[in-house]
Amino acid sequence: MHESTVIGLKVQNHPGVMYHITGLFSRRAFNLEGILCGQLGDGTTSQVYLLVNKDQGLEQIVKQLEKLHDVLDVSLHEDYDITLFNRIHELIRTEPGR
Amino acid sequence: MKYSGAEIIIKLLEMQGIRIIAGIPGGPILPLYNALSRSSIRHILTRHEQGAGFIAQGMARSTGHTAVCFATSGPGATNLITAIADAKLDSVPVVAITGQVSSSLIGSDAFQEVDMYGLTVPITKHNYLAKSARELLQIIPESFMIAESDRPGPVAIDVPKDVQQEEVDVEEWPTVKNHDPVEPDADRIEQIADLINKSSRPLLYVGGGIIQSGAHDLLYELAKKASIPVASTLMGLGCLPPDDPLYLGMLGMHGSRSTNYIINEADLLLAFGVRFDDRATGNAVKFCPNATIVHIDIDPSEINKIKQAHVSLSGDIGTVLKHMIPLVNCEARPDWLAFVNRMRADYPFPMPDRDDLYHPINIIKTIGGLAAPDTIVATDVGQHQMWVAQAYPFQQPRTLLTSGGLGTMGFGLPAAIGAALANPGKRIICFSGDGSLLMNIQELATLADWQLDVTIILFQNGHLGLVRQQQELFYEQNYIASKFMTNPDFVAIARGFGVRGYDLKEDGREPVSIFQKALAEPGPCLISVPIDYTANVFPMVPPGKAIYEMIGGEIDA
Repeated sequence: MHESTVIGLKVQNHPGVMYHITGLFSRRAFNLEGILCGQLGDGTTSQVYLLVNKDQGLEQIVKQLEKLHDVLDVSLHEDYDITLFNRIHELIRTEPGR
Repeated sequence: MKYSGAEIIIKLLEMQGIRIIAGIPGGPILPLYNALSRSSIRHILTRHEQGAGFIAQGMARSTGHTAVCFATSGPGATNLITAIADAKLDSVPVVAITGQVSSSLIGSDAFQEVDMYGLTVPITKHNYLAKSARELLQIIPESFMIAESDRPGPVAIDVPKDVQQEEVDVEEWPTVKNHDPVEPDADRIEQIADLINKSSRPLLYVGGGIIQSGAHDLLYELAKKASIPVASTLMGLGCLPPDDPLYLGMLGMHGSRSTNYIINEADLLLAFGVRFDDRATGNAVKFCPNATIVHIDIDPSEINKIKQAHVSLSGDIGTVLKHMIPLVNCEARPDWLAFVNRMRADYPFPMPDRDDLYHPINIIKTIGGLAAPDTIVATDVGQHQMWVAQAYPFQQPRTLLTSGGLGTMGFGLPAAIGAALANPGKRIICFSGDGSLLMNIQELATLADWQLDVTIILFQNGHLGLVRQQQELFYEQNYIASKFMTNPDFVAIARGFGVRGYDLKEDGREPVSIFQKALAEPGPCLISVPIDYTANVFPMVPPGKAIYEMIGGEIDA
């Protein structure tokens, strides 16, 4: 398994912003392993955490994310809490009917 | 005072200095056209929205200022897509405004509804779906700031019909937004100057960034001061005088043999305002493997994207050069320049026989010799485009308008119209091929509408020439779908549209006398030049090969 890392994004909160972010990943053929997203404060901005593989493409994807007009801040989190994303995976596994 | 969303858009476009807008109306953008009818902005009605997109590009590429196009929802909007994607690949500041069905209908698969916001996400620098008339007060100035700042690019704004009609009170108009450029890192500039001073075989590899930044004079100053030879990409042509001994012309897939050989001998590659595109570098791994690579570009994401740089700097190349030139030593570099000259003598560009009057390279050279230095040249895409890049003596920046990144056939004619609209008094030449011209031939009607000084030189070989060339060289001469079954009479077509037409062969006069007449007469004309369909563009770096592994274009000793 690849070593993973987490990219933290502070973004403008509007319906198109996730399209811009996920579109970058598909366009640049970069894998996205998990997404956590929630609004901040009054809802004009949101915080997004992206679980990604730590490989050669990481530098390029971070630079591309920094160029997006609706992305206000990009940070890399080496020491993230993996259990956060594990819980998503559990949630998906326990979904009724699966 | 109350203004509708449409009136707000037009007023803000006027404030941005927009004088001309190309487009085609339709239901959901009619409120905007209604407001436009009361403005001093001139509207250019095209015959296809792609034409409007490329007219905007022709205005923007030739002036450096953001240009605007309009289209209606659905098919009008999707017809703009190619022109927007083309602007993204070549970093052209264009603001495309499209009508959309009313907000209440969005998502209902209404008549002429298409998700233009979603469609333009990957092909714009930024895009908007306006939700209210008030929001336009922020969106319009911001879109111009985004289109023009740093690395320019297209911005798309989708405006639902009800947003155009909504009336709001506007007490205060937003001011035009300016973007403050970041000062480049002074230590890094010093480090790069130091590398130049210590290098014995430096080489400048320059591109569109020089032209975007208006840094051609500074580039020339650096090259002259430190005796550094300069190779240009397709997008950088016009940034150096073509007859200067330091100028090596275009590098890459169809660059000269000597240029491609010389580049690989450099010990310091100064990549300024370039993006290591595969057409310029060939196989990137084998591109300058022994050189220290210095990469300066305004877009940080270009650094280390294709080729790992040893030293890099993201910033405006003009600002960087201004700071760098005083730190660079005056050098003559006699050994390096002697090597360069020897290579150029050993591997000269393969010129066709002078008596072969109809060889496209001879035609291009003849026209280049007749045209004024500020003449703007638009090309389409294919063999003729590469022959123009190899042979036309571009003297000034922004005199070559060509679809470099996306390589869009059909670009030339509408881009030439846009250049003519934005540069009254200048002659515009459009070099095209019979494959390309037919892709936007309907814009001859727009050209006739405005009687612009556009001279179309149409190379006719009855083929998709560059496709045929690849089939000959790489697919065992297995020709499929590269020859047209019938060929129209382009001179009759031009005349049918109300544009003067000349057939070079049938006319019987010397080509040069027809060109002289065509370049001097006011108004548009088309000159059909029949050429040998077996003529190929050489030399050529086969796809995936290193830049020094060229085929063709050898000169027999």
